Amino acid sequence: MKVPLWKIAHARSGDKADRADIGLFAWDAPTYAVLKREVTAERIAAHFTHICHGAVQIWPLDNILALKIVLDSALQGGAARSLRTDNLGKNIAAALLRMEIEAPADLPRLTP
Amino acid sequence: MKTVRVGAGLGFYGDAWRPIRASIERGGVKYIGSDHLAELTLAILQKDRQKDPTAGYARDAVPMLAELWPLAAKHGVKFVLSAGGLNPEGAREAIAKVFRAKGWKARIATVMGDSVTERIDELRSAGEPLQHLDTGADISSVRERLVFANAYLGARPIAEALARGADIVLTGRVADAALFLGPLAHELGWHWDDWDRLAAGLTVGHLLECSGQASGGNFGSAGEWASIPDFLHLGYAIAEVGEDGTATVTKAPGTGGRVSFDTVRQQLLYEVHNPHAYFSPDVVLDMGSLHLDDLGDDRVRISGAAGARRPDTLKIVAGYHDGWMGSGMIGFSWPDAYRKCEASAGIIKGLLAERGAKIEEIQVEYVGYDSLLGANADPTYRDLLNECFLRMSIRTQDRRVADEFGRLFPWLALSGPPYAGGFHGIQRAKELFGLWPTLARRELIEARVALSVEAAG
Repeated sequence: MKVPLWKIAHARSGDKADRADIGLFAWDAPTYAVLKREVTAERIAAHFTHICHGAVQIWPLDNILALKIVLDSALQGGAARSLRTDNLGKNIAAALLRMEIEAPADLPRLTP
Repeated sequence: MKTVRVGAGLGFYGDAWRPIRASIERGGVKYIGSDHLAELTLAILQKDRQKDPTAGYARDAVPMLAELWPLAAKHGVKFVLSAGGLNPEGAREAIAKVFRAKGWKARIATVMGDSVTERIDELRSAGEPLQHLDTGADISSVRERLVFANAYLGARPIAEALARGADIVLTGRVADAALFLGPLAHELGWHWDDWDRLAAGLTVGHLLECSGQASGGNFGSAGEWASIPDFLHLGYAIAEVGEDGTATVTKAPGTGGRVSFDTVRQQLLYEVHNPHAYFSPDVVLDMGSLHLDDLGDDRVRISGAAGARRPDTLKIVAGYHDGWMGSGMIGFSWPDAYRKCEASAGIIKGLLAERGAKIEEIQVEYVGYDSLLGANADPTYRDLLNECFLRMSIRTQDRRVADEFGRLFPWLALSGPPYAGGFHGIQRAKELFGLWPTLARRELIEARVALSVEAAG
């Protein structure tokens, strides 16, 4: 079934020059396996097509059940020249948590 | 095994130092590392310095130390601060003046040599092309517009300053984590080619460099953030680090916030690119090697750090003038709050077009709807909003156009769509800066690093 990431994961984003970066964290190991499979660079690029004009890279970290996601050319040239209210890209993680992925209904966070 | 405790200070210029008091009083820290310099802070400090050659440092360090020093001195706590900005000697003067007036004594060190603003041509003649690290572009395209250029120095001069008896170390641009790795290497006797221990220290520094972000602040989540106890008294993170590099991250007893596997791993990946090669001037860390054990009671143990040899180059970030931003805002209430903002945006764009103003880019945002989430905002309730603010901003090379942009908005209150409000004054033009990350051979930078330690007061 389709599940928004906010139900099964947590995330924080930041900036370095024109790159936005997001840490996406599964609450548990079964969810991590799903994130690793379903959260692909292609899907991230499509989700952020309006702001990200460069490459998307993803590194999985099994030791902390997390994905490191980096968006190139995503901050209008960087915080100090951006016209956006969110010039530091702090809310990009929130926007990611709105993304839906295919996930089994029996993940720990989805069962009462 | 010998251990030492280091505590988080500020995470940016203007951050709060109030929580540091608990770390000193009850947290057992011996050092506070305080980061005052975000990537763009040097642009702000450069403007200060243009107006006043004795300025150009992070001024908040002066009242911060004035308030915390008596307590720190009583507990034997030392400070390492990147508050020197573009003028560490100016910062020392300002702090020494306060100490003299109060009759306090301290040895204050300055670390100089990170600034390469005046050395661009010299570095290029020495064979450094200074190309843009991400795009490969040639620096000559921005050469005439450069405002500052500073290399990220490492922890070594900080450790040396402490070995020479400094109580307060003021640096300019250093790797944020170096503010902590310096004291750790000094206290625990780590060698500068002991890559695993340096990597452990880098991990600790990275976790502590953002004030409250390892202890429950900005815990990015849906719902769970509300379970973080007592933000009002949130404690900044503290790390107890052993000679072998094993660390326990915690916070002072009785403070708010939380230190857990979740809060710590969020900060671990914060503003990191390839986590298997996290570069610093002193060592390269593979975050995949780390073990995080949540011990409960706001304690997380970190072990296993694997480091690789430090890079032969140092990172430089330069800033260059890149036009001016003008912005304006107007709010509307129900009914049709969003639609009235949208109509107003069309009117403002029409005004700009009729004036023929030279504008490079226009940003239209609806505060209360999409100003933080952009195109990822959910449109479900867009047309039912109780109220909405239109915020527009422009980038232009013409300062006057940017200054006048905000004046286009108030007129709408009487001659535009109905039920407007929320004027908060006319915004002046804001200078914009592009950032230019690049690399240079470390020996070219380090040859100019200068350390001085002087008694103040």
